[in-house]
Amino acid sequence: MKFGVVIFPGSNCDEDIIHVLQNVMGQQVVRLWHKDHDLQDAEFIVLPGGFSFGDYLRSGAIARFSPIMQEVIQFAAKGGNVLGICNGFQILTEAGLLPGALLHNNTRRFICRNIHMKAQTTNSLVTRQIDPQRALKIPVAHGEGNYFADADVLKAINDNDQVLFRYCDAAGNVVDDANPNGSIENIAGVTNQARNVFGFMPHPERAADALLANQDGLAIFESILALANA
Amino acid sequence: MTKFLAEIDVMPKKEILDPQGKAVTGSMKNLGLSEIQNIRIGKHITLEIEADSEAAATAKVDEACKNLLANLIMESYSFKLEPLV
Repeated sequence: MKFGVVIFPGSNCDEDIIHVLQNVMGQQVVRLWHKDHDLQDAEFIVLPGGFSFGDYLRSGAIARFSPIMQEVIQFAAKGGNVLGICNGFQILTEAGLLPGALLHNNTRRFICRNIHMKAQTTNSLVTRQIDPQRALKIPVAHGEGNYFADADVLKAINDNDQVLFRYCDAAGNVVDDANPNGSIENIAGVTNQARNVFGFMPHPERAADALLANQDGLAIFESILALANA
Repeated sequence: MTKFLAEIDVMPKKEILDPQGKAVTGSMKNLGLSEIQNIRIGKHITLEIEADSEAAATAKVDEACKNLLANLIMESYSFKLEPLV
């Protein structure tokens, strides 16, 4: 598959995701600069983590108006697949492509450590091959990862099976103590109603290479590419 | 055309936890000002805009607030305009 990875000023996980897609998963990757107007026929767009535009105003607020984002928004409207990781997730909520918003962590701290999360549905391109009972150990690194949606939106995303991941403990229990940032109902990631836009705060690209001694993130990339579980 | 100055306040919505405000509220105790409570911290933004009328300027500033300066899922905004001389 041909992936397009968007690079904003301040993106800093772009090379990590490119490495995983290209070298670990053996896919074709094009780099898309935020000022570009062309997705170069990429079939799957990834918005990587980082601090686009210095997180000025709000995380993702300014990146959402980059020229390339107008193409990404049109691509998604036509059913194209778009994944946002961390800052990419924040940009997708700011752009209105995903429901909800990411608030400051309730801990008042930037969090950089491993968490566990569990797939909540197999009815999505990014989770279709993940065992819903399995607690995946994945790193997070964010200051604004506290997922929030008002009561109506929360009900809608639950009713429509749009929650992709919830934070859990190592045994897979979705409990308050395993919630790193105050996210409502432990939500770590969501999809849109059309199920072609995906976002989550944890970084599977930092846990997908054997050298890093943790390959739990691979399950997500294997799902996207419909590869057999390793 | 008249030039206006807009003074915009963007605040976290009441139902939303404001960790920054909470931390600052906590430190008031250390100052001996424990009667100060419920500090909430937002943003104050000023901008200048040229428009034919105050109504036209209001409409544009409102658009800027809705689409970029505030995220209505988590924040509310208010502003006032005055002509710049």
